[in-house]
Amino acid sequence: MDKKTVVETTINGEQIEFLCEPRQSLLEVLRDELGMTGSKEGCLTGDCGACTVIIDGRATCSCLMLGVEAQGHKIETIEGLANGAQLHPLQQKFLENASLQCGICTPGILMSAKALLDHNPTPSEAEIRYALAGNLCRCTGYDKIVRGVLDAAKAVASKAA
Amino acid sequence: MHAINYEAPKTLKDAVALLAQYGDKARPLCGGTDLIIQLRAGVRRPEHVVDVKKIPELRQVSFDPKKGLRLGAAVAAIEIHENADLRRYFPGLSEAAHLIGSNQIQGRASVGGNLCNGSPAADTIPALIALGAQCRVAGPKGERLVAAENFCTAPGRTVLQPGEILVEFQIPAPAAHSADAYLRFIPRNEMDIAVVGVGASVTLDLDEDRCTEARIALAAVGPTPIFASKAGAALKGKKLDAATIERAAKLAVEQSSPIDDMRGTAEFRRHLVGVLTRRTLALAIARARMA
Repeated sequence: MDKKTVVETTINGEQIEFLCEPRQSLLEVLRDELGMTGSKEGCLTGDCGACTVIIDGRATCSCLMLGVEAQGHKIETIEGLANGAQLHPLQQKFLENASLQCGICTPGILMSAKALLDHNPTPSEAEIRYALAGNLCRCTGYDKIVRGVLDAAKAVASKAA
Repeated sequence: MHAINYEAPKTLKDAVALLAQYGDKARPLCGGTDLIIQLRAGVRRPEHVVDVKKIPELRQVSFDPKKGLRLGAAVAAIEIHENADLRRYFPGLSEAAHLIGSNQIQGRASVGGNLCNGSPAADTIPALIALGAQCRVAGPKGERLVAAENFCTAPGRTVLQPGEILVEFQIPAPAAHSADAYLRFIPRNEMDIAVVGVGASVTLDLDEDRCTEARIALAAVGPTPIFASKAGAALKGKKLDAATIERAAKLAVEQSSPIDDMRGTAEFRRHLVGVLTRRTLALAIARARMA
């Protein structure tokens, strides 16, 4: 019953194989087996979004997915967002706009925002608020987060132009 | 979470064989947005979890304006909302799927899972009932079709027997000048469970200015989703004036049997059934005139 299974995935562009028990969530695997503690455990019920990662291009709560379900899928986590010392525009603009205070929700929010910008590089404020509806923050009141995402979208657009 | 055995069969035949072998010790897993929470809370304790997402029949969407829609049980809510045909021909179902939780949840949750979870407050079930959806079920003894309104039997319970699996929904082709709609009441804009939900579909005869067919279904006002058959029947053959719609709303209220709970009192819910039945019908009628 507790037999561990080999799971082959791509995490942040790297082919990664891990061993896990079927009962372990992807979040547990990332944090406890792979030492990737950037994704946070919040509610464990899919309400808070602190554990958000991107699976095959879609924002997903890693607490509501079994590690074994990741077989053959492409996973992006907060650890892969920056390119070495070069921050992702979202990270840079979150710093400039003070879009975080305690920071627990931030990795999940950044991954939701990245999934949004990957699909829709020029979102409206309303689209940003809908895209982040599954990420709770008790510190900022959200306004600075929304401004951070808007600024990041502008930065990406001006770079591309 | 307790220890589980996980299997992900690639064919419907293998899935049915596994589910039949494990009987009531198994539970199908689709998006996991209900099941994984229930496993963690110990509400459901299956020894075997059978992931149904790799079975091709459960993942396909095929729509033909003449033949209708076949919607795989495991198609994610977000894929339904992104599908232009579904948005155009079944806007009520598309919007109901788009109301389930956040982006993160919609990427995983499926309409099949929403139905099999058996919640009386599930948003997509009234939309399915309104559209006259038939649920194709496969099991060790063969296949059967179950009307969506007969699928749920009690909170968290359905007609599925051990070994059976929900494969797809079969929804009739939309008639000319027909449309559906689903509206729910929640005390905020997004991310909540329905206090009341109402789904409706109507077909109009524009020459005669009459309704030729109407189906109405209710969420969160009984132990299961409710097919308000009398409310729909009251519209059939009638000119859809305010008095007729008011009568249908009244019949929908009569067919509801809500309770008091943290989301609202029974009295408030009965009031909402009337309000939402009128609004949902108005939306479906406006759409049907354009369709």
